[in-house]
Amino acid sequence: MSSAPWSAPQHSAAVVPGGPRRPGRRDLLRAGLAVPPLAALAGCGSGGTSGDPNAIRIVDYYNTPADDVAINGTFSACAEELGLTFSRERVPGDQLIAKVLQMGSSRTMPDLLMLDNPNVQQVAESGALASLEDYGLTAEGLTPAVADLGRYDGTLYGIAPTVNTIALFYNVQLLEEAGVQPPTTWDALRSAAEAVTTEGRYGIAFSAVANYEGTWQFLPFMWSNGGEETDLSGEGVLGASQFWSDLVRDGLASRSVVNWKQGDVMDQFKAGHAAMVVNGPWNIAGLEADTPDLEWDVVTIPVPTAGGEPVAPLGGEVWTVPLTGDEDKQRKAAELLKAFVAPENQLFMAGERSTIPGDAEAARRFGEENPDLSTFVEQVATARSRTAKLGPDWPRTAKAIYTANQRVLVDDTDPAEAFDEAARTVS
Amino acid sequence: MTTTQSAITAPAAGTPAPRRRRNTGDLLVRYAFVLPAVLYMIAFFGYPIIKNVVMSFQAYDFSTFFNGKAPFVGLDNYAATFSDPIFLRALGNTALFTVGSIAGQFVLGMALALYFRRRFPLSGFLRSLLLLPWLLPMIVSAAVWRWILEQDNGALNAFLTGIGLIDDPIPWLTSSDTALIAVIMVNIWLGIPFNVVLLYSGLQSIPEELYEAGQLDGATGWKSFWHITLPMLRPVVSVVLLLGVIYTIKVLDLIIGLTGGGPANATQTLATRSYEMSFVEFDFGQGAALSNILILIALAFSLVYLRANARAAKNG
Repeated sequence: MSSAPWSAPQHSAAVVPGGPRRPGRRDLLRAGLAVPPLAALAGCGSGGTSGDPNAIRIVDYYNTPADDVAINGTFSACAEELGLTFSRERVPGDQLIAKVLQMGSSRTMPDLLMLDNPNVQQVAESGALASLEDYGLTAEGLTPAVADLGRYDGTLYGIAPTVNTIALFYNVQLLEEAGVQPPTTWDALRSAAEAVTTEGRYGIAFSAVANYEGTWQFLPFMWSNGGEETDLSGEGVLGASQFWSDLVRDGLASRSVVNWKQGDVMDQFKAGHAAMVVNGPWNIAGLEADTPDLEWDVVTIPVPTAGGEPVAPLGGEVWTVPLTGDEDKQRKAAELLKAFVAPENQLFMAGERSTIPGDAEAARRFGEENPDLSTFVEQVATARSRTAKLGPDWPRTAKAIYTANQRVLVDDTDPAEAFDEAARTVS
Repeated sequence: MTTTQSAITAPAAGTPAPRRRRNTGDLLVRYAFVLPAVLYMIAFFGYPIIKNVVMSFQAYDFSTFFNGKAPFVGLDNYAATFSDPIFLRALGNTALFTVGSIAGQFVLGMALALYFRRRFPLSGFLRSLLLLPWLLPMIVSAAVWRWILEQDNGALNAFLTGIGLIDDPIPWLTSSDTALIAVIMVNIWLGIPFNVVLLYSGLQSIPEELYEAGQLDGATGWKSFWHITLPMLRPVVSVVLLLGVIYTIKVLDLIIGLTGGGPANATQTLATRSYEMSFVEFDFGQGAALSNILILIALAFSLVYLRANARAAKNG
């Protein structure tokens, strides 16, 4: 029983004794209201070609005040320099793709479109994006994995000015009291978690939720264990899943990890219910605002054996130039994008938004100036793009991974069984 | 409609000459009044349903939105739906969810409606408080219930352990054994106001004399409920149950908000699976196939409802 509760009494009025239904004024009104939308429908489809050739339409999902100000400020400065104007439409994050599909089918794509990086290949495959190289933009200077984020089939379709990744946050006080060092290996992570787990507090928390976030958090464990998204039933993947499963089974992590998104995980950390959490820099601002007294630090995500290289997934948004059919506008949009992603702008936006510049040299400088974020800078340098191997097929595989992990963590299914099935669903 | 028609034409019968012109005029006016509603139905109900049916026979995916190509694939989408291992589970969950929710909502709703039949101080105020679940946006309710049902720090487990009913916290939303039960519990809470309101208004219309007469014949308590209240309430009960089924079978937002269909597909229903197919996997063809199956099921219940409604109108 949920939707349209208002309609229930109306329907029932016909049978509830004493209440014969009389067509009221409201019905007439409703009938009358139906006409204007129809007229409006007929008007669309002609395409949204606005008059001003210098007005650039931008669509993105930067809604938080910090993001919004940084993005808007950068665009303002760049547009002014180029003699352009712009209008931005901010879409709720989880509705961006639906919006893109709508705009695609009604031929109303904006001049500049921001996409979350795992979707870029899918959109590019559909033929909706312009090759940036045609307009003189290159991936030169970008950290190689960052450049991969915007590539499909060898063509550059998008550029990520700043990127992010995940690392291990820990509660300094709790670890010190327990006399353990911030962990760098899986064994050390386990024993550190054992040392700080008490009644009402788990050693570690991560997100194994049934959506892309759950897969994103699993990837550093999977990749650093030699697992590959192209071989889901391989030993590396199974070992990583087993490691997560053991943490939960042994009570070092809550069973609720299967329902926690990354924000929920951070809330556990803030509330002192978890001593270590896997999380990203975008949550640092909230962490500092909500719990200014909590002393925390960050290390790269522990690896299976000492000396191994941590491999984390690259996150972040990629800017693209959709094919709108207006060649002149596309060129101007590309010019604006080129200015927008210049290294000094990357540094500014990275600082404002607690993210890492995509340009390798800018990232290095950024790490020096922001020691708080140096762990993330380090992690980004070796991070991997999720779509580098599978391209448009990534979302399907990502879903198979989180579904399999749910089965392992919730039903204690053997990882081999769960991931065998995962491998079958994507084959 | 029939009564209005005869009412309008009756005065015209005595004057034959202007009859024709006036009738065509009447007719036009009548159609003009019906037209907006018809257009509305076609645009906002007819078109989407037809589009959905057509879509279910097409390979309608991500790229379709950009290049407009949606090749006809016959029954492929339905074949894929039926061979999907999650389909049967979702079908079973939908049945359990619907039956469990309706049973709980109805029994509790009936109990509360009977309770509020007696007038007592503050009864009106308490009755309006009961409507609260209706007033909250679904997504807010879901978020709050997620906190309440949290395994380690949730209010429900704290309460149950506090009064000594359970020793270990129950993993309400994180175990595949309890997740569906938890979701049904929340949905019952949400559905109670709907049941109370309709059943209560039905109870109001039962004449007090019947009970007085029954009392003389010795029908009190349960007896009067079985032999007077329930039979008199039958038309309302059938409407409550049928509308309940139609609304419950398609619940999406609550489940998405509470569990997202998880953990491990334990709360996946036809509605959530269809949403997932279309808007997570972007396989709109298969999503449409799944939702058509759902529409058919809801339609079957709607027909039963309409028939019951027509019968009730005739009897009433």
